[in-house]
Amino acid sequence: MAEQTLREWLLTDTPTSRRHAKVSAFYQGWLSFRANTMAMIGLGILLALVLIAAAAPFLAPHDPFAQDLGNRLAPLGAEGHIFGTDSLGRDILSRLIYGARITLYIVALVALIAPVVGLLMGTVSGYVGGWVDIVLMRITDIFLAFPRLVLALAFVAALGAGIENAVIAISLTAWPPYARIARAETLTIRSSDYISAIQLQGAGGLRIITKHIWPLCISSLIVRVTLDMAGIILAAAGLGFLGLGAQPPSPEWGAMISEGRRFILDHWWVATMPGLAIFTVSLAFNLLGDGLRDVLDPKAGE
Amino acid sequence: MVRRPKRERSGMKMLEIDGLDVWFGRDRDRVDAVKQATFDVASGESFGLVGESGSGKSTILRAITGLAPTWSGNIKVGGQRIERKRARAFYKQVQMVFQDPYASLHPRHSVDAVLGETLHLHGFRDIDARVVRLLDDVGLGQKFRFRYPHQLSGGQRQRVAIARALAPEPELLLLDEPTSALDVSVQAEILNLLADLRQEHGLTYLMVSHDLSVVGHMCDRLAVMKDGEIVEIMDVADLRAMKATHPYSQHLLQASV
Amino acid sequence: MNPLLDIENLWVRFPTRQGTFDAVRGISFSLGRERLGIVGESGSGKSMTGRAILRLIRPPGIVEADHIKLGGVDLLEKSEKEMRDVRGERISMVMQDPKFSLNPVMTIGDQIIEAYRLHNKASKSTAWTKALEMLEAVSIRNPERVMRAYPHEMSGGMGQRIMIAMMLIPNPEILIADEPTSALDVSVQRQVLDIMDKLVKERGMGLIFISHDLNLVADFCDRVLIMYAGRIVEVCDADKLHDAQHPYTRGLLNSLPRLDTPRDRLDVLTRDPSWSDAPSVSGRA
Repeated sequence: MAEQTLREWLLTDTPTSRRHAKVSAFYQGWLSFRANTMAMIGLGILLALVLIAAAAPFLAPHDPFAQDLGNRLAPLGAEGHIFGTDSLGRDILSRLIYGARITLYIVALVALIAPVVGLLMGTVSGYVGGWVDIVLMRITDIFLAFPRLVLALAFVAALGAGIENAVIAISLTAWPPYARIARAETLTIRSSDYISAIQLQGAGGLRIITKHIWPLCISSLIVRVTLDMAGIILAAAGLGFLGLGAQPPSPEWGAMISEGRRFILDHWWVATMPGLAIFTVSLAFNLLGDGLRDVLDPKAGE
Repeated sequence: MVRRPKRERSGMKMLEIDGLDVWFGRDRDRVDAVKQATFDVASGESFGLVGESGSGKSTILRAITGLAPTWSGNIKVGGQRIERKRARAFYKQVQMVFQDPYASLHPRHSVDAVLGETLHLHGFRDIDARVVRLLDDVGLGQKFRFRYPHQLSGGQRQRVAIARALAPEPELLLLDEPTSALDVSVQAEILNLLADLRQEHGLTYLMVSHDLSVVGHMCDRLAVMKDGEIVEIMDVADLRAMKATHPYSQHLLQASV
Repeated sequence: MNPLLDIENLWVRFPTRQGTFDAVRGISFSLGRERLGIVGESGSGKSMTGRAILRLIRPPGIVEADHIKLGGVDLLEKSEKEMRDVRGERISMVMQDPKFSLNPVMTIGDQIIEAYRLHNKASKSTAWTKALEMLEAVSIRNPERVMRAYPHEMSGGMGQRIMIAMMLIPNPEILIADEPTSALDVSVQRQVLDIMDKLVKERGMGLIFISHDLNLVADFCDRVLIMYAGRIVEVCDADKLHDAQHPYTRGLLNSLPRLDTPRDRLDVLTRDPSWSDAPSVSGRA
């Protein structure tokens, strides 16, 4: 044991404790993830985004809300304003940095609500079957039948504008596909021998769903969520653009594009910089999702 | 039949099946998988069900355990009639080992988690000590305790599955082709293990197989099934002497020698 | 007589995180117009050998050999495009489960006709009659009905016969059968083997029969290679398999339960590490 390196300890086929087995399984996953360069780039961008959001007050050269009408619409590379200023003379770089917080906030909230609702609906519907399945799936169909943005618009219109309401609206429109995936997976898992085996130990439906079906559904959901994240950021930006999400003067990226739209021909950078930010983060999530699929997809392990 | 006191084991019937029908689907799509199956297994006996694929032999096991919910007829375990909804006590008495060890273990649960959860569900307190003993019982030992299924070979997986079935200390073990997915040398190890366990724990086996020589090795009596019906019940001694009476059993015997 | 196929020093390697894994380690054998059995347990490299001959090992797996000569021409020197003409045309392969080898959304007739016209220039109607003949050749009783059926309507035995029929259309010199009957019931198994046997004899083909079932191979083949850990440990005539000498072969034979000689316990194979270190036995006839 003493001669064993940490790497050998992590890569062992004969774990010696519960914790060892968990850490070892995690490390194996990390190794196959690390082998995927594009996914590592995506992860790097997202980690940078988190750091930027956390250290915003230290990184931002200016107050994102400070107006300077004398210096409005300054071009790229203007003195003290690398990305220029917007129509009210606010520093675009600072606003982008603070906007990262709002983006992360939206992403985190949606990622907490939509997949969980979808997982619950899908697994219950798939495992219980019968009329429960029919009712839950018809509800899902109704939500699926509306275009996402239109439905979100209707919700925001009813609930009032604001980031939280935008998040709720997006989540409400985002869960049906997850419910579908979870249900499809549950149907195949339900008929497998290891579920029969635990049924023969007298396990109840709740235990089977949460302890046996969820762990197998979650990985494909995580992958799907990361791949959808780009769409969610864009939907949030879209609501912001339409004036139904974050309200001025909040530096939400979509709202910034919306403001910059008026000057897009003469002062293109005002709308383009937040656009590039959205593009970069969306791309990062897509790359991450692709890498995660390689690691988490249980079928790929064969 | 004379009713004996429940505790007495010898001569008592562990399993009695009378006029069992199992079907799938409804109305026009109805498929009768088992038709009027009748047989019984004495306590401590090892009984084989033989037939080709689709003959309904595995379906009988699934009906006994409740995994096939649409059945009619009488099933008695230890003299007690089985109701449609099985009580937890039933699963303490009857357990099953599945055919494919690659499909019968949860891919994300370690050996420890599989056995621990089973013991927990049956209300045992000293789970740690029992996991250790179960692993020793099936000849795996402690170094396998924290492994995941993908770190085990087929034979080792089947040993874990057997340990799981033994965890509630059952009296009747249903074996659904327990070695057909394994190599012959591993098959020999598993069959030896099953024979030892039967002796140590005084188990009753109901074993399904398509392989007559495996049933001939493991069982005392057997039933030959064809198209959902039991065509013949005979002693293994008759099987060895090639004394099958039904033409289909004779045909099966010819093909397996 | 010149062998149909001659293989010298064949290796199949897979790079893994823990280093290179050698699935097949330097085996040599030849195949004449005979039924050659390859037996071994899972992981012995028997299926990999069959796939390596057709260069069907997926990357990152690597096939290396001094030569794989088909009628004197080295297959390893062929381009991927030339290999495509070898596969099916000169060497055919039958897999374990016909369900995965047939297209589920095409009728069986259409699939056979397509396969036939791929290899022969023929009109649809001649292809149709040819396909009927093929199905009759593999003892399918109602060929016209089968032609119109979809694969899922077929039983396992039927599916496997259809696969064999399709593989034989281009009249290959060699047929590689990888566990062709292990998914089938014993009684059907016999019929499928008889069909293969008849076709191989009539057409003078070479057959490589890969199986884990010693009794089956002893019964069906002419010559047997026994593989262990990627090497050939023993070569013998099939009818003398039950007198095999190598402890591994003996161990496998003894671990089988037998109806005629009942035992309390079955013999368990104790593996000797020296078996996997011993050099590979040449499988040349």
